[in-house]
Formats: sequence, structure tokens, C-alpha cells
Amino acid sequence: MRSEALADLQQARAAKRPVVFATRLSDGFQCLLPSSSASAALNESAHRALSRDENATKEIEGESWFLHAYSPPVRLVIVGAVHIAQSLVPMCAPLGFDLIVVDPRRSFATEERFPNVTLMDDWPDDAMEKIAPDARTGVVTLTHDPKLDDPALDRALKSDAFYIGSLGSRKTHAARLGRLAALGHSEATLARIKGPVGLDIGAVSPPEIALSILAEFVAYRRTIGQTT
Amino acid sequence: MTDMLAIAADWKAAGEDVAIATVVETWGSSPRPTGSQLVVTKSGRLEGSVSGGCIEGAVAEAAIASIESGIPRLLDFGISNEQAWEVGLACGGKVKVFVEPLV
Repeated sequence: MRSEALADLQQARAAKRPVVFATRLSDGFQCLLPSSSASAALNESAHRALSRDENATKEIEGESWFLHAYSPPVRLVIVGAVHIAQSLVPMCAPLGFDLIVVDPRRSFATEERFPNVTLMDDWPDDAMEKIAPDARTGVVTLTHDPKLDDPALDRALKSDAFYIGSLGSRKTHAARLGRLAALGHSEATLARIKGPVGLDIGAVSPPEIALSILAEFVAYRRTIGQTT
Repeated sequence: MTDMLAIAADWKAAGEDVAIATVVETWGSSPRPTGSQLVVTKSGRLEGSVSGGCIEGAVAEAAIASIESGIPRLLDFGISNEQAWEVGLACGGKVKVFVEPLV
């Protein structure tokens, strides 16, 4: 690997540009894809690798190529800079997720409580407008406050977010679904919301609840939510 | 998540001779998925993994050889390999690893 090629790759990753680092296994020739100087077949394989988040050796035009897909990190939007969010943040780092914590209440979303995290103090609907959740984004609401949770969920349901979760008891969740239905969301759409949020591991403490949420989030990312 | 490429770049910048090993193909139950990387220096530093530990030694050796020759190599490990007794995968899986010097 040439140091220049490595620097180009790291630059693309830092800019959160989805790229494939392609290696021709017969001689070690390498290039970044997609590229205007690469063949259509190579570029097409690169697009497929990115959409599937897949690293694999492929036979392309009589040569073996290793296509290493570098997609931007999966994002997790947390609405509510609450106690459970404080547990979620450090757990996300080793998993490689990009975190955004949304809370318009200034005393909650402070740098002191959430060091080194992207904090947004917009109202959740404005924040979601800016974040524009895509198929690599998950949204979890934690505030228990309909004024904050509902607009975030409303926007999440209108987006391609692959995972939507909302903290609250079964009773709270049923009431929440009623309010969102009144906003015009169908039953099928509302079924996208995981509520009560998280895998049922009998979680009690905030770190345990955070763990159950992240376990469900990973399950969706790796298996259940796979669309391609 | 540890970024093996960042480690490779850092070590190179610090004046080390660096090689990168990448899992490019797997069959059966291999412990590390394609794309997993091991970074090795001629001086003996090692970070990351390409298996559960069973082939790391052989891969590191080949990686250092690639630093000396300047030529990348595609390594093939598996139960059918004649090296199986020494470095075969206990799990019965097969794996191909590409080793290359960082130049």
C-alpha cells in the first residue's frame, strides 16, 4: 500500500465520504472507488459493496479484486440528554457509532454532562430536519415528555431511519401511538417504533437499559433491519 | 473502534517499517470477518488480528518478509493446506490474507 493511497483513503473517511478501497490481488495495484478512471464494472461492484456494507473478493473482468467498503459510521440520534443517554454515550464509542444528542433543555444537554459528543439544543423536529435520518441512522427517544418525544418520532417515521425506539412503559407507549396515529401515521408505520425500547434482558439500572437498547440497535443493523 | 489504518500511518510516520495484513476471503467458520486487519512492524510491533490467534504468527512472518522484499503476497490458510499442522485453523475454517508493505 502506498502511503499516498492510505492518506487519500483516510481523508475520504474523515470527510464521511463512502468509498471502496480496491486491491487487485494478482499484483497489489490499489485504487479508491468510485473513480472516473476505473472501469464501469469496477465502479458498479464498488456501489454494490457500499450498499451492502460488504468487504469481499470479487472476480471482475478476469481479475480478483478485494473490495473493502468504507461507509460512513452508523448514526444514533438520542433525543433526551437524560441519565440513560449518559450511559449510552460511552458504550457507543467502541461500537463505532456516531452519536448525536438532542435536547432543547439547556441544563440537560451540557458539555459537562456529555463531553466530546455532538449536542443539539434545537427542538427535536428542527433537529431532525437538520440531521435528515437516512438508512444508516437510528433514532431513540428517552425524554418521556410528549412535547419532545412526539415531534422527534413523527419526523423519524417520515424518514428512512432503520431503527426507531422510544423509552416508556407499555401504557405510555400505547398512549404515544394514539397521539402519533392522530398525526396521520398508519398502524404499519407505527409498528416501526420499538416500544418498550430495547431487548428484554430484564434491565433495571440506566447502564443496563442502555445495553438493552444498543443490543437491539445492533440486532437491527446486522440482521433484522437488513434491506439489501 | 480501533482504526488499524490510523495505527499503520502513525507507525510509518514514526519511522517504522510497516506491513498491513487484511483478511480478503473466508470460508466456513473463520473467527474474523473479511476486512479484518493486522498491522506489523519489522521491529516486532503488532496490532489488530486476522484470526482467533492461530495464524497470527505466520501472517506476521510473511508481513515482515513483504517489507523486506517490497512485494505484496496473498496467503492461503486452511485445513487443506500443507501447513495445517503448524498453522491450520483449529475451527476448520479457511481464510485468505493479503499482506503488503506500506511504502
